[in-house]
Amino acid sequence: MELFKNTNYDFLGKKWPFIIASLVLTVAGFTSIVAKGGLKYGIDFKEGALMQVKFAYPPPDDKIRSAMLSQVKGEVSVQDLKGGGVQNEVEIATEAKGEGEGQLAANRQDMERVLTATFGKPGSGKLDLNNASHEALENRLRDPLARAGIAMSDDQLKVLVANILSEINTKHSGLITDFNQISSVPGVNAGIMNALQQECYLSDFRILGAQMVGPKVGAQLRQKAVLATLYALAGMLAYIAFRFEWIYGLGAVIACFHDTLITIGLFSLFNREISMTVIAALLTLVGYSMNDTIVIFDRIRENLKFSHRDSLESVMNRAVNQTLSRTVMTSGLTFLTVIALFIWGGPVLSGFSFALVCGIIVGTYSSVFVASPIVLFWHNYADKPKRSGPATPASSSLRAETVRKSTTKAGK
Amino acid sequence: MRTNLTTRTVIIVVTILVCIFGIIGFPKSVADLKANLTENIRLGLDLKGGSHLVMEVQVQDAVVGDARQTIERLQEQLKKQKINWASMDVSDAHVVADADNVVVTIKGIAAAQSGDFRNIISTDYATYALTTLTATDYSLKTKPTDLADMKRETVARTIDTLSNRINQLGVAESSVQQYGSSGSDFQILIQLPGVDDPARARQFIGTTAVLEITGVDKAHDQAFSSREDALAKLGGILPLNDKLLPAKPRPGQQGLEWYLVNKLPVITGKDMRNARPGQDDVRKWQTSFTLSPDGGTKFGRYTAEHVQDKLAVILDDQIVSVATINEKIEDSGRIMGLGSEEEATDLSRYLRSGSLPAGVRPLYENSVGPSLGADSIHQGIVSGIAGLVAVISVMLVYYKRSGVNAVLALVLNTVILLAAISYFHAALTLPGIAGVILTIGMAVDSNVLIFERIREELRAGKSVVAAVDAGFGKAWWTIVDTHVTTVVSCAFLFLFGEGPVRGFAVTLTIGLIANVFTAVFVSRTIFDYELSGHRRLETLSI
Repeated sequence: MELFKNTNYDFLGKKWPFIIASLVLTVAGFTSIVAKGGLKYGIDFKEGALMQVKFAYPPPDDKIRSAMLSQVKGEVSVQDLKGGGVQNEVEIATEAKGEGEGQLAANRQDMERVLTATFGKPGSGKLDLNNASHEALENRLRDPLARAGIAMSDDQLKVLVANILSEINTKHSGLITDFNQISSVPGVNAGIMNALQQECYLSDFRILGAQMVGPKVGAQLRQKAVLATLYALAGMLAYIAFRFEWIYGLGAVIACFHDTLITIGLFSLFNREISMTVIAALLTLVGYSMNDTIVIFDRIRENLKFSHRDSLESVMNRAVNQTLSRTVMTSGLTFLTVIALFIWGGPVLSGFSFALVCGIIVGTYSSVFVASPIVLFWHNYADKPKRSGPATPASSSLRAETVRKSTTKAGK
Repeated sequence: MRTNLTTRTVIIVVTILVCIFGIIGFPKSVADLKANLTENIRLGLDLKGGSHLVMEVQVQDAVVGDARQTIERLQEQLKKQKINWASMDVSDAHVVADADNVVVTIKGIAAAQSGDFRNIISTDYATYALTTLTATDYSLKTKPTDLADMKRETVARTIDTLSNRINQLGVAESSVQQYGSSGSDFQILIQLPGVDDPARARQFIGTTAVLEITGVDKAHDQAFSSREDALAKLGGILPLNDKLLPAKPRPGQQGLEWYLVNKLPVITGKDMRNARPGQDDVRKWQTSFTLSPDGGTKFGRYTAEHVQDKLAVILDDQIVSVATINEKIEDSGRIMGLGSEEEATDLSRYLRSGSLPAGVRPLYENSVGPSLGADSIHQGIVSGIAGLVAVISVMLVYYKRSGVNAVLALVLNTVILLAAISYFHAALTLPGIAGVILTIGMAVDSNVLIFERIREELRAGKSVVAAVDAGFGKAWWTIVDTHVTTVVSCAFLFLFGEGPVRGFAVTLTIGLIANVFTAVFVSRTIFDYELSGHRRLETLSI
């Protein structure tokens, strides 16, 4: 099966609509960022405290919010988490508005306390099984089991507790609503079940994870991620300049920059957060876009060796056509993987896969419609004076060399 | 590329075997296989669940503490030399940056005595620089190199102390390490895999004073062989203000020794300033320690009243040393007559570990609950498999028999990548998986590049063998360029990035190296193998 055989589309002739589309997207992204007062950062880059909480039923956002507001100092936001098999989860966050790390840590503890007070039974003297740690549950069960005449060594108790908690965590996403849901756990018999029900209760929520990012680390992480990416781009520019010509390096790097900018703009337009995993995705997309551009550049370089008389534009067009089949295959296949990740990957991977979905589309067309035109524009501009007089000293550029060689050959 | 086919096949088979061994070892059963797999492919905290903390060491505490001690020493010395002063103060320091500006101000030294005063400072306080403010007032500031040493030492000691404490939590694979740039950030990264109660961990890490020095009951200062033995000798009742504690066994010692000690400690960890091993005049090992001014006063009062009594050094309700008080000890003392250098070093470590040299402040905390990690893994695997199935089926449909080649290369690439993670003892994290995805994308790309090139050559009318040759030859430099460019960028990401970005760079680099091997070397060998039988092959399934 072959999709594209000896195609001859005039890609570079159609560059303007795409360049304009790119500009529109970039401007729209920027406008959105400015209008929304900056990017929406994830917890890694923003100062604040947050926790992900799963509820046994659709979370009562307003009730959570009002309970938090009455107890926690500062602003509190409650947001539903959606996508990829996620149900009844919210993210409760508080931001650091000029407050130090100490206040944030305190806020987080307050949030935990409020949750227990509102959705648990703190006065019952029982342990909340849904939010119990291994150690807490072991300590809670040890004496009652001994009293009930269930002889158990410390190691056996450890195994039992590990089994119960692992059942809750892996089979029930960390939250059970009925003790019967753990009745099939190995080692759980009627006596143990009895002790569990005596000593524990089931709250309606489970804290899945918590983060606290102080102002210092937030700024540090942001700065380091940006710096590392810029250095990486510079490194790639140097290598491509060494292998091709400096203008090819510049074109490739500008194309990557363009992809990253547009993707970040789309994040702002779609109100998505830039988190550490999104940075990983942006790096992936830089790598992907660079790969795509180099494949085309490589073909242009190869074609230049043999076609001396054609204009650079037609050489480029031929290179794009020759690599069209591979571009469609590779982009298409990568796109498939990423779409799968976007649909089934869940909320943790959602930002990551969204960045790649955007990045692959933008990264594929930028190789043809951004990187190549830059090289073309430069050569059209730089080679012009040479055409007026053959005596012009040779430039070190590859294109100029091939042009000169071909004229000497023709003269022989 | 021209090595003969058998050699190439051997290289490939050996690589596969080494990789598979790296991932699953020699399993004897299915349970074995699972156990080896989870042991070799370690998951990062974001997938497995656990806590990740960044703490800032408040180095200014240590600098101010040192300045306070200096003031006390200096005052004593000035008294002896009969030099008078009006006041001596240390400036306040609240944040880490203040550490550079801690200054001791000494006022009211008589002009006539300024020569003697300067002499004392320059001979006995060499780590301080003296500045003259007026004819009678001076300021002392730690010299920059000594200040840098002091900060580094403070961070190192904090790391030691925290490691000790975390070991007591019994968390497997926990780590405490310097974070950020050493010498300017003063940050510590603490990783606690699988800790499901981060609040407790945090509390434990942040709390001081698990070290106590307390008196051994005078009436019963001999060791008991067991708890029962002690109770029998005491007539079944423990004295009201005493507690019975076991001593840490010495190397080679059978059974535990128990001592009856006072409940109320003489001093605690927060009074301990420093401790170090050393040798006395007759080259016997000892541990010398210094106490805070407060602690020194308390200790002095107690030891003056209890000469010839015994003292116990207790760390976390375990006695690490019992010593006899020879004389009144104030702010610095020695525990003498230790058996070996090791014993002296250990004891000084225990004495130090009881107290943090400076406060720690949490800057960052990320706790992933075990169920969140499990959900992430599950969703990651489902979507990963869906993506992979799609890729494989398209490759097989589009490139037919040659597609099998590509799929084999792809699978082998993943196997090598996992094996490398296992051999390097790296952990697989979410950003690392991003690296794996890009690797797979580039692996598919390499194969597509080669196949498209072969097709082109076939269309141009070349024979099958020549087309395969030309296809690999021409795609080679493209593959080198794309891969080297990406490896170059990974090198920069690794050098300048932090945590997750680094994980991404490492996995990607390994994956790319593996890819050059699988997509070019292995795939070529399979092609050659297919072609070797029939030189004049007319068609190629591509």
